[in-house]
Amino acid sequence: MTIHDAPPAYRRAFRPADGRLLGGVAAGLAEHLGVPVVWVRAGFVVATWFHGAGVLAYLLLWWFLPVREKDLPPGLAAATRRGDRSAGTRGRPVREVVQTLALCAVGLGVLIILAHARGGVEPRYLAPILLAGAGVVVVWRQLDESSQDRTLWRDRGPAAILRTAVGLLLVVVAGVFLLNEGGLGSLLDVAAATLIALAGLGLVLGPWIARLSSDLASERRERVRTQERADVAAHLHDSVLQTLALLQKNASDPAAVATLARQQERELRSWLYGEQAEHGVSLAAGVRAAAAEVETAHHVRVDVITVGDAPADADVAALVRAAREAMVNAAKHAQVDRVDVYLEVTGKAAEVFVRDRGVGFDPEAVAADRMGLRGSIRGRMERHGGTADVRSAPGEGTEVRLCLPLHRSEEGDPS
Amino acid sequence: MSLRVAIVDDHAMFRTGVRAEVDHDVEVVAEAEDVDSAVEAIIRTLPDVVLLDVHMPGGGGLEVIRRVHPRHLEVKFLALSVSDAAEDVIGIIRAGARGYVTKNISGPELVDAIRRVASGDAVFSPRLAGFVLDAFAGTIEVAQVDEDLDRLTEREREVMRLIARGYAYKEVAKELFISVKTVETHVSSVLRKLQLSSRHELTRWANERRLI
Repeated sequence: MTIHDAPPAYRRAFRPADGRLLGGVAAGLAEHLGVPVVWVRAGFVVATWFHGAGVLAYLLLWWFLPVREKDLPPGLAAATRRGDRSAGTRGRPVREVVQTLALCAVGLGVLIILAHARGGVEPRYLAPILLAGAGVVVVWRQLDESSQDRTLWRDRGPAAILRTAVGLLLVVVAGVFLLNEGGLGSLLDVAAATLIALAGLGLVLGPWIARLSSDLASERRERVRTQERADVAAHLHDSVLQTLALLQKNASDPAAVATLARQQERELRSWLYGEQAEHGVSLAAGVRAAAAEVETAHHVRVDVITVGDAPADADVAALVRAAREAMVNAAKHAQVDRVDVYLEVTGKAAEVFVRDRGVGFDPEAVAADRMGLRGSIRGRMERHGGTADVRSAPGEGTEVRLCLPLHRSEEGDPS
Repeated sequence: MSLRVAIVDDHAMFRTGVRAEVDHDVEVVAEAEDVDSAVEAIIRTLPDVVLLDVHMPGGGGLEVIRRVHPRHLEVKFLALSVSDAAEDVIGIIRAGARGYVTKNISGPELVDAIRRVASGDAVFSPRLAGFVLDAFAGTIEVAQVDEDLDRLTEREREVMRLIARGYAYKEVAKELFISVKTVETHVSSVLRKLQLSSRHELTRWANERRLI
């Protein structure tokens, strides 16, 4: 079920899909470079003082940086498409908006002073240029949103068209402004103006055309993906139908029904909501698999909560086996229908807690066979440098705590 | 006086099931199956607690909270879902829900959770506690302001870990030699941090969690 392309070997910069002020360029760069976003914004403003390089750079980056596409598991993607969930779009905090406005105001002030001092760009050209810039921003932003979210076009068509029109109008007005200011006399001026207008048009429509072609490519990818998903869905249907048939057959056996239902639920859930890592073997995946086995074999519910994860090695495998042993013990002896398992991996150690609210026992006076099982848990853990504690009292349930120090170098990060 | 509860879920069968389970202990004043009807019903009946499905037509539970919460702070929301996507769970809590429980919760446990939410406390299922620990784990970014909101105290972490291990509030209290009231205070404080933290890692984590 690999629908992901191999990740590129180098780190790419993206524009965030939500929470952006204009195009998300600054936010994306800040995340990529690991610096506060306000520095990046200040950088763009300062660069603008030098022949508008900042604005140009911003627009170019806006053009070239791809938006980070969310890769949702099928269940969530479907829910999003149907409108059963709202994507967690959040704007930037107000403080940041004000900060950026202030930054831009200061930048503009300096720009005007510089223009006066240098006598380069005359201040009267500044207004039309700004106007044109605003127009481009409005149109691009609209394009961004509509290419990201097709339903937006459908739902808010008029608003989208209006915004695009306003943006274009701003650019045209700016062009006319420039023409008048420049004086219509000479042919050269007209030619230059036409050129400017054409460049403006290209600037405004360029991204759209570029996006259209990239949209085509992603449509194609999407089609392949959809087919793959259809296959998986068909497979899933089969598994669910099988389970339903089994449920009907076993209707008189509540324990079997519960186990079957639970098993199917787990399978479906993990596929729909991407609960577990599909790739490779890890500690968390091992513990979940062990829990699933125990659930099926002993007709109890085993709820697994995991925080963090670690790659599998011999020690980790021993931890998983010990945890499995503890689950089996709880399922067999505690006389409960539910066992809680909690796995937490911190930087230094992995801990697993297996807990039941069952009959419990007196750890001081256990029968020989129980002793053996406990020995196999404890012995196994100790052989691999870990520890195992059992807390229990008659009538108070049992909790087994397994702890394994992790002594791996930095490279253990499974990202 | 029994609590007034609204059930919002797009599956009629599920609504019926929940109603049957809680009917003895609380008064079900409204049922709704999508965002618009839910918002209308909630504003009309002003229940104490709304049992809210995360995924449903019209934008999901998040949209219901967004529309009702700012105007009617007295209406409490308890998310009740089959979806275990961390992003959605954290999202709905950040929008203003006072708790999250999964749909396989037993009837008495659900009634207990409703009471807790109604009295202004927070309800954390083991899974939510796990998500919270995950979200607040890792290095704290120094550049982030408002540090108090961006980290859990040692005690809060302790409480979250016990809840993730399957301990009920009462058992947590016993384990840590503190009162149930204190446990509730800690959990509420974690809820507040979850809702108010500006830590952008929190949302980023939720987005990227499954991209292993």
